Parts: sequence; structure tokens; C-alpha cells
Amino acid sequence: MEPLQLVTSIVTPLAKKNVDTDQIISKEFLKRIERTGFGKYLFYHWRFDESGKEKPDFVLNHPDYKESKILVAHENFGCGSSREHAPWAIADYGFRVVIAPSFADIFYNNCMKNGILPIRLPVHEVEELLAKPQLHVTVDLPNQQILGKDGSLYSFDIDSYQKKMLLNGWDEISLTFLYEENIAAYENAQNSKTAS
Amino acid sequence: MAKTIIEKIWDQHVVVREQGKPDLLYIDLHLLHEVTSPQAFEGLRLAGRKVRRPDLCFATMDHNVPTINRAVIRDQIAKKQIHTLADNCKEFGIELAGMDHPDQGIVHIIGPELGLTQPGKTIVCGDSHTSTHGAFGALAFGIGTSEVEHVLSTQTLWQARPKTMEVRVTGELGYGVTAKDIILAIIAKFGIDMGTGHVIEYTGDVIRNLSMEERMTICNMSIEAGARAGLVSPDATTVEFLKGRRYVDNEKFSELEAEWLALATDEGATYDSVCTIDAAEIEPFVTWGTNPAMGSGISNSVPKPTDYADESDQLAVAQALDYMGFEGGEALQDVSIQHVFIGSCTNARLSDLMEAAEVIRGKHVAPGVRALVVPGSQTTKKQAEELGLDQVFLKAGFEWRESGCSMCLAMNEDVVPAGERCASTSNRNFEGRQGTGARTHLMSPAMAAAAAIEGKLTDVRNFRAVGV
Ligand code: SF4
Repeated sequence: MEPLQLVTSIVTPLAKKNVDTDQIISKEFLKRIERTGFGKYLFYHWRFDESGKEKPDFVLNHPDYKESKILVAHENFGCGSSREHAPWAIADYGFRVVIAPSFADIFYNNCMKNGILPIRLPVHEVEELLAKPQLHVTVDLPNQQILGKDGSLYSFDIDSYQKKMLLNGWDEISLTFLYEENIAAYENAQNSKTAS
Repeated sequence: MAKTIIEKIWDQHVVVREQGKPDLLYIDLHLLHEVTSPQAFEGLRLAGRKVRRPDLCFATMDHNVPTINRAVIRDQIAKKQIHTLADNCKEFGIELAGMDHPDQGIVHIIGPELGLTQPGKTIVCGDSHTSTHGAFGALAFGIGTSEVEHVLSTQTLWQARPKTMEVRVTGELGYGVTAKDIILAIIAKFGIDMGTGHVIEYTGDVIRNLSMEERMTICNMSIEAGARAGLVSPDATTVEFLKGRRYVDNEKFSELEAEWLALATDEGATYDSVCTIDAAEIEPFVTWGTNPAMGSGISNSVPKPTDYADESDQLAVAQALDYMGFEGGEALQDVSIQHVFIGSCTNARLSDLMEAAEVIRGKHVAPGVRALVVPGSQTTKKQAEELGLDQVFLKAGFEWRESGCSMCLAMNEDVVPAGERCASTSNRNFEGRQGTGARTHLMSPAMAAAAAIEGKLTDVRNFRAVGV
């Protein structure tokens, strides 16, 4: 996983609430057995019409946001299906940060495993960001801050364990292997319980 | 100290607890299917890792499988995904109920059917409707593919301790009101994100009086309320259901029974939050919008954006109505439908098929309506056929299919065309869920069956009174 420290970019405003993972990545793209290459299918039915042409009024298709690394949306982002293809598509498209007032639990975890930083901000701060469509910001994970080019400043909370994982880009499975003795001990205790 | 079942199961499964970290939790049962597992197995191969406890894994194929002729999978990419699961199970020594196996079915239907699902277990699957298994008093939740890989290689997961929520259903259920109506009403009342960060326990007399199948329908849709897991404390109904099932240690059944019953939430235990709903206020429900909270009793009308005070709600409702082809203000009972889907992990068990069959017996599907019954598993299908339900459906003009997820997510060929409406017993009415541009109305099997006969959304309570 690629470590994440500072991300600087224009902010893409997606003013929708309850964006579900079916919209982020539609089921017809879940048949692939690879982990990469999902970016071109991100928000597919919002981005493209039936003939595969870009819909000009969808925010991701606006030329200003083509290189954006930061997405902002309303409440309960990523609800519904547990498909990790959703964060794979978001990351592969180029986003490293998603900001919203709240996230669905499984999606939030899935982001963390893929080097995407999900940031929860209060509703009024998210609305401020959504209202400034040309805003460039730097997301500073070590200091847990978002610094706007216009001088605005927002602080965010993140669990210290998840922060460390993201900053270092650690592979969680290798870390868990350090606890092999504990896992084996747990299993032995269970076995002797059922055998008695 | 008095504990909830959620805390009891959690505490029994903590392998490591350290300051400033989530808990490392042991996983008792890992269910797998073809869509969310291939990248996890590939990860193992690339890192040279093995599956730590293949004996605690169980796999099936459900999302992509054809429901007409199993031998024909036209989509080559889907075919490859299905074969990949078979290869992976073979390579890593995991038991598989493959496409032609008599135990095949939707993963959340076969777990309970086989007795793999048991009270007190921690159960995960790369699928958000894993919450279904909570009906047995198991702590069961959906995970992403990275977590699938983590469980495969370590049989554990790092998990932050969840908050607890009690959802209490009091009073008495009215005539024609089912478990599906209860859960749709709960989500409509408290919101699609009511359970975020929580595990729900469903309590109250109404829940106690439900069968295991009905409890599964409710727990299944916990994720639609934002909760990763929802459960019901085990009782005599739970024990009775599990007796004699294949993967239950029936020789030690009385010991197991005592253990299971001891898991129930203690008298006086407290939750982080509590929501209460009176069953008397619940009528047969249908959804009119593009998320499961956008629903209402069948006697109401489609709302208008101006019915909502909050600006972002107005916008969301306007977008939903636009997608659904509504102006706002239409009576729900006037909405005509072109498709009916009776299936999915929410409502494709034997009792669901019986409920639908009872409504349609001796009647016929309305002209211009295409109606499908897709049993949740091969076992369910066989049991239904033994009862002659297949004939009831076929005579009424329904199609009778092989088991799988089918039109719940339309990954296979069972798709609703753009702009057409489907009365569906599944769990999600998101944009495009049943096909690009397709419009989904969620409801109970009885309501979907009545809609098939009438060709429009209809109140099953009147339907029965007139029809019998
Ligand atoms: S039936 Fe639908 S909701 Fe259930 S597992 Fe299959 S696709 Fe998911």
C-alpha cells in the first residue's frame, strides 16, 4: 500500500448524500478477477450515457476536476454493498482522499486498506467546501488538517492506529503475523474447551 | 455486570487487546463466493501464504450463476470468475458447494440451512448481507476483499469495538403484515444510516414470536439501516431450527443448547442507543425511491420533495422521483409494474415461497407481466417441489428457476430493462440495481405475488379478502 502523508489538489464537489457503492462501481464490472483497472468504470452510469459518451453535466467530467485527488460528498458516503471494487475504482481513478460528514462502516474500512484517506468533517464544513468549486487544498495527515489556498483551515479526527497504517503504507497481514503465538494460544484454548 | 449478547460474543473472541488499537478478533466461520474472493486468493499466492484454517471456510457460487440452464454461461468473464473460485477452493483445500452441487445456493441461505450458522459464532463473508446470520445470535458481518485475505491467512480481523443499539418492536402485528414490512418500516422511520457504527439487537415480543426465517429477513436488512450486523438473542425457536442440521454436533446437542441459550442478553443490560417501533403502526410496505429508506405503507402516495423540510432531503427526493419516473403525489396502488422478482437472500426461503404461493393459488399473472421465482438454494427448490409449489407458480404463469442471486443484482442474464418497474422481494432499490435504468419497488413476497396478479402495486390485505 502506498504511504499517504500530504495530498494537494483541487476539491471535486459531489453534492449528493447516501452515495451507494452500486453507483461508485456498477455490478457489470465486478466479474473481473483483477484488483486494478477499475478507475475507468468509476461512477460509470453517472459519467457516461448509453453510447459511452461523457455526460457533460456530471462533475467528474468537468475539465477543472480531471486531475483532482480529493472528492467531497454529503452524508453516508459508500453505503450498501461491501464490494471493495468501490475503493479500488476510486483509487485507480486518482482520488486519495474522500471527505464527507459520514461514511458507511464497511466502505470506511475498505478505504483504509487501499491507501485512501476518508475524512469526516461536520456537515457545515462539508457544505463550505462544496460551495467553493475552485478551492485547492492540502490535506496534511500527520497534522490532521486541511489547509485551503484561500486561508481556510479544517481539523479532522482519525483513529491513531489507522493513521499509522496509512502514513506508513503498512501491510496489515504482515503485522498480524507478529501475533501468531496469540492466535495459536487462542485456538489451543478453544480446542481443549470443546474436547473436554 | 449485565451484558448484551453483542458484548458476550465479542469478549469471547478477543485474541489480542492492546491500548490504542482495535481488538484482534477470532473468526469462527468464513463464507466465500465467487465475486469478492478472487483478488484475495491471488494476494495469498503472490505473498506465498496459505489458508490458515480451511476447515473454517465454506464456499459457494451464487452471484453470477445462470438460473435457466446451468451449462450455459454466455458471459466469458463471468465464466472465468466461477472457474477461478473452483480452482482456488481446490488449491487451498476449501469445501465448495459448486454450481452443480445439491447444497448450492445463496451463501446466506445455505449457511443456516446446513447448520454452519450457529449462535455465538463470529461469521464473516465478503458480502454485506452477512448480517442475515445474526438471526441465530451470531455476530455476523460483511467485509471487503482485503479483509477476506486477512481472514484467510490469519483467521482473525482487527476490529474496533462497535456501539450497541436495541431496536425494540412492541405491540401486535396486523393482518397481512410480514417481517419484510417490519424491517422496511424500521428503516423508513429511523433512516438509512441509523445503525452506522453499531451492531443492532432486535428485541420485543414481536421479534420473539417470529420464525427463524422471518428473523433472517429482518437481520438481513440491518445493513440497509447502516449497521454491519444485526442479531436476535437465541431462544427455543433457534434451538429447534438447528436440531439435526448437518454441520451441528448433534451428539453434543444438549451442551450446545445450554451454551447458546446462555448467550442471550442479560436482564438489565444496557445499549448505547435504543429505538422503539409499535407494530400497530406498520402496514404492508413498498418503496417508491432509490434507497431502502424511501418507502411507505401501501395506502399512501408517492411523496413530493416539498413534503420535506431539509434542503438536502428535498434534493435527494427530487433525484429519486426523477429516476423512478414519478411526479410525486401518485397513489402507490395505481403504480403499474412489468416485472416481479421473488427471490434473494432476504426472501427466497421455503416460507417465503409458501407465502407467495398462497396468494396466487388458482389465479394468473396479469397480461404483460413477467414474473420470476428464484429459490434461494437447491435444497429450498427441492423442498418447494415436494410440496408442489413449483406447479402452483408455473400454472399461475411464473417462471420457476434454479437458485442464485439472479435479479437481485442482475449480474447474470436476469435483468430488468431500462424504464420498466419491478416488484421485488430483494433488499436494494438503488439506481441500476436490477438493470441500467430499471426501477425497483421492494416489498414482501405476499405483496409481490399480489402485484404479479394485479399488474400493479396493490394492498395484499384487500386482495386476499376479495380473492379467496
Ligand atoms: S441475493 Fe442479492 S443481496 Fe443477497 S447475496 Fe445475492 S446479490 Fe447480495
